[in-house]
Amino acid sequence: MEKLFASFKERATAASAEVHRFSNAAEATTFILGLVQELGGNALWAPCPFLEATGRPEQAGLSYRVTREAASHAKVGISQMDWALADTGTLVQDATRVELRLVSTLSQVHIALIGADRFLPDLGSVLERIKPEQAGYLSLITGPSRTADIERVLTIGVHGPERLVIIVVEGVAA
Amino acid sequence: MTTTFKESIQEALANPNLRGALGRFSEAYRLSRAKAYEGMDFEAVRDSVKDVKAYGAAHLEELAETFKRNAESKGAKVFRTSSPAEVKAYILALCQERGVKTLVKSKSMASEEIHLNKHLEAEGIEVYETDLGEWIIQLAHQTPSHMVMPAIHMTKEEVTEIFNTKVEDGQMPDIPKLVKFARGKLRGRFLDADLGISGANIAVAETGSLVIVTNEGNARLVTTLPNIHVAIVGIEKLVAGFKDIQPILTALPRNATGQLLTSYVTIITGQTPNTDGSPKELHIILMDNKRSEMAADPKFKEALQCIRCASCLNVCPVFRLVGGHVFGKVYTGGIGTILTAWFDELKKADDIQGLCIQCGACKDVCPGRIDIPDLILELRRRLILEKGQPIVQKAIFAVVNNRRLFHSMLRAASVAQKPFARAGFIRHLPLFLSDLTDFRSLPAIAEKPFRDTFKAIKQPECKEKAAIYAGCLIDFSYPEMGEAVVKVLNKAGIQVLFPEGQTCCGAPARYNGAYETAAGNARDNIQALLEEEVDYVVSACPTCTVALKEDFINTFESLGVTDAMEGARALAAKTLDFSTLVKKLVDEGRLEFQDAAEAEVVTYHDSCHLKRTLGADQPPREMLRKAGYEIKEMAECDICCGMAGSYSLKLPELSAPILQRKLNNIKDTGARGVAMDCPGCVMQIRGGLDKLGSAIKVEHTAVRLARRLK
Repeated sequence: MEKLFASFKERATAASAEVHRFSNAAEATTFILGLVQELGGNALWAPCPFLEATGRPEQAGLSYRVTREAASHAKVGISQMDWALADTGTLVQDATRVELRLVSTLSQVHIALIGADRFLPDLGSVLERIKPEQAGYLSLITGPSRTADIERVLTIGVHGPERLVIIVVEGVAA
Repeated sequence: MTTTFKESIQEALANPNLRGALGRFSEAYRLSRAKAYEGMDFEAVRDSVKDVKAYGAAHLEELAETFKRNAESKGAKVFRTSSPAEVKAYILALCQERGVKTLVKSKSMASEEIHLNKHLEAEGIEVYETDLGEWIIQLAHQTPSHMVMPAIHMTKEEVTEIFNTKVEDGQMPDIPKLVKFARGKLRGRFLDADLGISGANIAVAETGSLVIVTNEGNARLVTTLPNIHVAIVGIEKLVAGFKDIQPILTALPRNATGQLLTSYVTIITGQTPNTDGSPKELHIILMDNKRSEMAADPKFKEALQCIRCASCLNVCPVFRLVGGHVFGKVYTGGIGTILTAWFDELKKADDIQGLCIQCGACKDVCPGRIDIPDLILELRRRLILEKGQPIVQKAIFAVVNNRRLFHSMLRAASVAQKPFARAGFIRHLPLFLSDLTDFRSLPAIAEKPFRDTFKAIKQPECKEKAAIYAGCLIDFSYPEMGEAVVKVLNKAGIQVLFPEGQTCCGAPARYNGAYETAAGNARDNIQALLEEEVDYVVSACPTCTVALKEDFINTFESLGVTDAMEGARALAAKTLDFSTLVKKLVDEGRLEFQDAAEAEVVTYHDSCHLKRTLGADQPPREMLRKAGYEIKEMAECDICCGMAGSYSLKLPELSAPILQRKLNNIKDTGARGVAMDCPGCVMQIRGGLDKLGSAIKVEHTAVRLARRLK
């Protein structure tokens, strides 16, 4: 696990994502709420096992009602991912529920939760576990949205989030 | 070549922004690609990609039916058609039935291929490209110049101008701000659109899944926000099993942009929920458009192994000079030449296939293991079958195919050139020939060809014998190279023979699509070189070596010639390039070089055929070091020098800047000499340096080694 995490962190950081790790859900929640406050604007938290386990923390600007309208005005979107791939720094999510897609496509900052026991070595190992027949919309996310379409200059944040903040939490349900 | 085509090349060459941007990109690309594959076995990766894609190409019909069944069981509607017109009609009818007024698109080369936007816009539907590069060229009414980076030919100033005139005034040429502006403007389009169109990078038959690879995140919005999704998929995107996506997702981002994985990979299987909770209407169009015909062609089925990474563009020394628009409107570069010939028509590829310099750089990096240069030669051959050999070429090859006439003409030329030749060089030619000596001097034809000077070298009687194959350049311009080869081999106790019946290796004919002439040359040479029992056939010209070792066989195979095949194989088995043979002799302890008091610093230029076809880039370096040379590597040592046989005669405007870059790289090393194993490269590079008045000494490895024998 430590080896997988170290490689994941290195690769995700190289892809311009930010990686934070917490030893329990309470610490992660505190960090997330602090970040939401610091960023200002609206935040939307999509349904996920993490919330089911910890309950929904209350904070001004933070909402759990994920709609198209709300997502199009949200500065921050929060969702939980299903797997993390060590060799590319990638997060994998069964995003069939549209709320999961709304918070991670339209917001400026995507906060992605991932359980510390959800790390896999590589793409091959996740493809073995995925059943596309049961998951209609799978998302693999590696870093924030990017383009190099003008003069080959790398620019972060085009149509998707300009920041991807990855929160690795120990002892939390998948 | 048509005049308009030549003009389009001139126009591209005159665009400094284009050359600057592409030149910088191609340099950065080599490094980032190499880094992305660090710790991986690229050969193994591409073997897997090739297997998966070749299987798909061989089972198109079966996979298409399986895909349709599985996608439809998940609620998708799958429409199969071979006709681009039917694709357009289907989408238009759908738009009209559903009252679609605006639609958003993520990048789809298949839709570019059929010019979909124009068709829909003519019917009053608003179409918005959302990939930044695609949006820019849509606004500018241009076509993509690169499969992955459609607007790579434009500067930020040009983009600003387009935004200011077509979208909203007041933008400044600041890239992050331009990107933000695009985000803001397109966000409303995503939210308002009634329908989203995407392509797909992979379609999985086993599960009916679509795999879409993007960096910007636009495909996720296109497939999430509008209630209808139409995916246009070329049937060559089909793979059999879900696990087959792994090698493609491993190679595609690494080869396309030097990324380990793109920011987003989206895998869609069947209907998914819309934002209002309804199930999304999903239409998947499996478009054939000649792909089945390609799959049935024994040569061109290989082109279906393409995963559209565009690495063949990124490493192409010609693409980086002229960009994509010279190649055409949709698919560009090496693979684009082939796809245009099929998806459009063979005739359309007539001019652009001539751009290929046959250096093989693309073949080296292709993740689908497609032999792009070979397929382009095959196009050349078929074009000539269709329209016949150009009259001038026909006349030339008639001469080349008649050994005695050819050789006596070359001898006559050594006399005829007298007014132009000085000290072994021709620096100026008059009239229309002046293009040839504009950027480099040409070698004068030697007074005595190698076949004559060879007779003066007394041969020892040895048990081991080698036949030397000189090739035209060594025979008639650079006999000293042939003499050096003989000296080295004699020293190692090998008796050298010069079979008099040898003639042109046929490469010029083959590379111009004149396979019958090439086959005639092959027959003559096989007979001449196998006449006496020898242990080796050695050549100091890599292009000739490749002809003897591989192309005679390939040409016979293409033409269905069987009677001469045994001879071709026997010859191939005996043939070696000079440096590889020398290394063998040194390794066996039969050759030694003098100890050098002080190493002479040289740089080494890799000849295309020696490095990429024969894979012999190390033996000459190793031998030069043993002989007391220190090698100071130049940048891009293995990029073509621009000679490429008759290429430099047909397209001097491209050959010259390619050479210029090579000369700069040589000069930058500070070395006082440059070594190489190909007389053609010597001709080009020596001629270029002579024109510049440079003192850098250009010599064949054989000449350098012969001087240092113990």
